[in-house]
Amino acid sequence: MNADLVIILTAILVSTASALVGSFLVLRRMALLSDAISHAVLPGIVLAYWLSGGERATLPALLGAAAAGLVTVVLVEWLTRTGRVKNDAAIGIVFPALFSLGVLAVSLFFRNVHLDMDAVLYGEIAYAPFNTLSLWGREVPESWLVMGSLTLLNLLFVLLFYKELKLATFDPGLAAALGFAPGALYYGLMTLVSFTSVGAFQSVGAILIVAFLIIPPATAYLLTQRLPVMLALAVGVGVVSSLAGYALAIWLDASIAGMMATVAGLCFALAFLFSPVEGYLTTRLRRERQRLEVAARLLVAHLAHHSQPVPEQEVLEEFGWNPRFLGQVREKALQAGWLEVVREGLRPTARGLAMSSAQLEPNP
Amino acid sequence: MSDLLLIFTDYTLRNVALGSAMLGVVGGVLGVFAVLRRQSLLGDVLAHAALPGICLAFILTGAKAPLILLVGGGLAGWLAAWLVLAVLRHSRLPEDSALGVMLSSFFGFGVALLTFIQHSNNASQAGLDQYIFGQAATIVASDVLNFTVLGGLALLTVGLFYKEFKLLAFDPAYAHSLGLPVRGLNTLLTSLTVLAVMVGLQTVGVVLMAAMLIAPAAAARQWTDRLGAMIGLSALFGALAGVSGALISATRENLPTGPLVVLSMSAILLVSLFFAPLRGLVWDWARTRQHRRRVYLERLLLDAHVLHAHGTLTPQSLAERRREPVAVALQNLEALRSLGWVQEHPQGFILTPTGEQKAHELEQAMRVLLHRVEGSS
Repeated sequence: MNADLVIILTAILVSTASALVGSFLVLRRMALLSDAISHAVLPGIVLAYWLSGGERATLPALLGAAAAGLVTVVLVEWLTRTGRVKNDAAIGIVFPALFSLGVLAVSLFFRNVHLDMDAVLYGEIAYAPFNTLSLWGREVPESWLVMGSLTLLNLLFVLLFYKELKLATFDPGLAAALGFAPGALYYGLMTLVSFTSVGAFQSVGAILIVAFLIIPPATAYLLTQRLPVMLALAVGVGVVSSLAGYALAIWLDASIAGMMATVAGLCFALAFLFSPVEGYLTTRLRRERQRLEVAARLLVAHLAHHSQPVPEQEVLEEFGWNPRFLGQVREKALQAGWLEVVREGLRPTARGLAMSSAQLEPNP
Repeated sequence: MSDLLLIFTDYTLRNVALGSAMLGVVGGVLGVFAVLRRQSLLGDVLAHAALPGICLAFILTGAKAPLILLVGGGLAGWLAAWLVLAVLRHSRLPEDSALGVMLSSFFGFGVALLTFIQHSNNASQAGLDQYIFGQAATIVASDVLNFTVLGGLALLTVGLFYKEFKLLAFDPAYAHSLGLPVRGLNTLLTSLTVLAVMVGLQTVGVVLMAAMLIAPAAAARQWTDRLGAMIGLSALFGALAGVSGALISATRENLPTGPLVVLSMSAILLVSLFFAPLRGLVWDWARTRQHRRRVYLERLLLDAHVLHAHGTLTPQSLAERRREPVAVALQNLEALRSLGWVQEHPQGFILTPTGEQKAHELEQAMRVLLHRVEGSS
């Protein structure tokens, strides 16, 4: 089977599965909890690896990691509830401790075996084509099977509990009052995040999975204010970053997962700058345009009070503008057809006069 | 004990222990401000974001001198912090997502750069990946000197601006109204945290650095309510964790220092959470148990009082009133007797004068309470 195809489809599945659950993490302000879970997955995998006698089996690893993820969530919650430590500090205390345990166990018991630190960091998506299973007599990459079922699971979860998730995300109080069991939903979501983390662990590594969970949904968050659109956009951004990241990684001979995270970061930067909703540059551009528009209307209204054309020098003194700004304002007014330039200076057109008297009318 | 003595004789171990202790002190002091200002995880972002800086510094200068790499890492961390602030100021993205985005995209870029360097067959690249989990064994005397200069700079600045930082930590609005440059002080504090991260990169690495900023401060917070004492304790805890982590890792081969330092710190934190005077959870549980027992006994006494007033305080009547087995009622009466509130009597039990007095006080207190509840509603 084509190796590129295996890797690309795996990456697409990873980003789809992550974006689906990640969106709810971003909306519920629990993005950093996923960071903690993805780190804590390591000791879970090590434990499962040890219990299963050194075999790199997928199912025990999944269960071990899911357990570790839930332990993280419960520990963070317990620490926060004691009131001795704030929530963010609790996250920052729990995950380094668990991750240290994992690293320690790896370097003590599994030195020079399959489960090395490179795999933890970079993932092994490049090896995806070599791990195959035979299914109904056909060779199928293991990563397709694992990530495919996880994607399906996450998709089913979101579709089946869409109404409940939406309500619990935007109005937890009402969800609880209506008896939607937000607690069960919360732990369900966290279990899926742990599953997704460990499924993706084999492909993109424990730490970079956070990039897939958070960056595409955060990018989508900047682009829309509607939940279904956000989910679709998050999946789209994830898939695009995977594809572009893979191409760049091959070209530069660098880590595939690392490059995918980098491209996702760039997508976020683009959305931050150019989002039609509230992009930084879009907002500035819109403000600048509005400023010119107001100035142009002001200028025409001023000219309407003069029977003679007004020299530009006089306008400059009157408004205290600099010549460059006046140039921009004049351009704007000319485009709108409010103004004409004659030898003696500036003069409003009939359209300009109509506009200025209309805007002086009191609002009906 | 022989391990402790090795600190003074073994060259490598001495440097490792000194470096880790230095990290503990600097991280502990700056962590206090991060934790109090609820910016614990900004340190995590700073540390993860240092990786691409380290790699870029190597690519641009080709140098492997730790100081140059540390400066590169520090600059990248600083840039990430600045970007987080910019995103928060100019968009409606929640803070945790902004932190997560910067952390993972910088770290992803760092991993990509790292593999790019490794694959480009640069002979001198070996060792760059030590900054991910730290490799304290590589710390030499010149590194300790670097740490001392960087850490000393950070500590000196904290000393100089102590009053301002204190105000910033507890009441930024008041600081602003006094005309203090709050934004500038914020930036300064973040920059000092960057210095602390630089001290820690070689010892615990970018992934685990957050623990050395947060855990000492969180542990120290349990022991005191005063900022000065908290800073001192935090530095002490950090140093203790650094030295013990270094010592434990020296006892066997294949024991990485960074995770051990972090685990030592977590142990100190756990002890503080459970056993610190006043705030310790164990004392909390003990207090709750005590209160529960007291309330139980008082309600028991009131029940006994009612029965006594009707002249039938026997284990059977108490059991019936409280809907409990006679055996339990007997135990309860025994408990009241050991407190000197009831005594045996031919027809069963009667309240002693002390018991009467106590029951009367309780009734009085309940009446006042009821009156207040009714008055307020």
